[in-house]
Amino acid sequence: MEALLSLFVKAVFIENMALTFFLGMCTFIAISKKIETAIGLGIAVVIVQTITLPVNNLVFNLLKENALIEGVDLRFLGLISYIAVIAAIVQILEMFLDRYVPALYQALGVYLPLITVNCAILGGTLFMVQRDYTFVESVVYGVGSGFSWMLAIVILAGVRERLKYSDVPAGLQGLGIIFITVGLMSLGFMSFSGIQL
Amino acid sequence: MKALRNLLDRIEPMFADGGRFHKYYGLFEMVDTLLYSPPNKTIGAPHVRDALDLKRVMGYVWLATFPVMFMACYNTGYQANLVLHDNPALLANQEGWRHAIMSLFGYHVDSFFNNLFHGFLYFVPIYMTTFIVGGIAEVIFALVRGHEVNEGFFVTSILYSLTLPPTTPLWMVGLGILFGVILGKEVFGGTGKNFVNPALAGRAFLFFAYPAYMSGDTVWVAVDGYSGATPLAVAAAGGINAVTTTGLSWWDAFIGFEPGSLGETSVLAIFLGGAFLLYTRIASWRIVTGVFVGMVLMSTLLNLIGSSTNHMFGVSWYWHLVMGGFAFGMIFMATDPVTAAHTDIGRLWFGILIGVMVVLIRVVNPAFPEGMMLAILFANMFSPLIDYGVMKLNIKRREQRQQPKGLKV
Repeated sequence: MEALLSLFVKAVFIENMALTFFLGMCTFIAISKKIETAIGLGIAVVIVQTITLPVNNLVFNLLKENALIEGVDLRFLGLISYIAVIAAIVQILEMFLDRYVPALYQALGVYLPLITVNCAILGGTLFMVQRDYTFVESVVYGVGSGFSWMLAIVILAGVRERLKYSDVPAGLQGLGIIFITVGLMSLGFMSFSGIQL
Repeated sequence: MKALRNLLDRIEPMFADGGRFHKYYGLFEMVDTLLYSPPNKTIGAPHVRDALDLKRVMGYVWLATFPVMFMACYNTGYQANLVLHDNPALLANQEGWRHAIMSLFGYHVDSFFNNLFHGFLYFVPIYMTTFIVGGIAEVIFALVRGHEVNEGFFVTSILYSLTLPPTTPLWMVGLGILFGVILGKEVFGGTGKNFVNPALAGRAFLFFAYPAYMSGDTVWVAVDGYSGATPLAVAAAGGINAVTTTGLSWWDAFIGFEPGSLGETSVLAIFLGGAFLLYTRIASWRIVTGVFVGMVLMSTLLNLIGSSTNHMFGVSWYWHLVMGGFAFGMIFMATDPVTAAHTDIGRLWFGILIGVMVVLIRVVNPAFPEGMMLAILFANMFSPLIDYGVMKLNIKRREQRQQPKGLKV
């Protein structure tokens, strides 16, 4: 139990998907203009991450040598199977949002299907494979890493809402200032680097 | 005085719209408003009848750091003289212009002025470098971007130089303040528009870029070839007992006779300045209270949990208060009105977040013995979010107030 808790804390703070690994930057930067939308997208990522990681964990176990076919190592199919799983789950989530939360569906626009290719999602799966997590660990890591990304994007949205009143030089407006902002935020998150759990 | 005012009035048209030196209006404005109160008056309602504008606020903060500056000089010199007094062999190692000056007088730990002067030789070059390098960057930005040069830089520069270890090389001092002023503040449009504390951003940049000069055992006492750890590092290694066996009592730490960054050591001097800031209501008492309460709660909680391997778990709140940069950060850094939360309730939570985080970093993170800088930077990121939450709750409460019970609108 303690090990799982520290895995969660590690996933959220020490190995923050967005601010430590800089994964999922495209959506991170594009959908962080408003806090509400950022929260919505964050929740979507948490859901997708929480479902895909355990599912991919099962898939990974099937692909291991001798698991499905005796004497054959199917791990070379890993990447494509993980992406297929992620794509399928995002499709279902999209239909669900379209039906029940149309406002959020409209706000997320093209970026919802793009969660499929969000590096944070695939990154989570690949970290899970690399570190050889068990099924329970992969559930915890899924929630944790999804939440870490959500936390980062909500913070960025908050900062950007405040930066609306700032007076950025013409050359830095838009992407430039956001990169600087994210860099400074990641400086703040450095406070967790070095914690051993 | 009258003549000066007349002179300023006479040359003003040259800098005004269409004047020959209009490009340099920022410079003129800087000198003018530094010497005299700005002439601007509110024309429409509401009439704010208060002489306390941004320039005076910043000026007051600057004034409040004077006791800290004094103790920074005295303690830096005292620590160095004390080490040289105890280890005369180290005298042969000393070199550089400071030693050349000091060897005219000799190193006397008993002499008040000798200590003060020795520290002066360390503090003043650091402060001058900060002021000149950062000031040039600030003025260039002001001229190019057409905004006014702001007294905010007075505060940034003094706070930044007070957070540095006394032995920081001067080129590094300049580099750090450039990072702080340009990337921490000016790219966002100058004072009031940034979201992280520029002084801390500059220091954090140095801390991660040159850890050998900003942390460890050799940088805190201004004597070449001597290593003396800060009380926090000692406590991390051996608990608070190890600190007291080095001969440092709580009162020593409170008054400031401990190795550390220039301005952080003397809690007494910091509280003197802090009392002034709180009395004039420039520092928000909510933030200060929040930081203090958060620190007390978190350290007490960790005391109760305890740990057999990590000595920092047992450090009580009154030691956390006097060790390291906690007091300095609480009074001067966390209360920066721009980067803190803007709502009253939000300020309280902002403070609590800092207090909790600083104890967490000090205790749980073995990589950094000191956590105040990172805790404040961390809380700076959260402050817009805290404000957002407070405002949302407020809106919700007001909506409920609009609909009395049993009445459907």
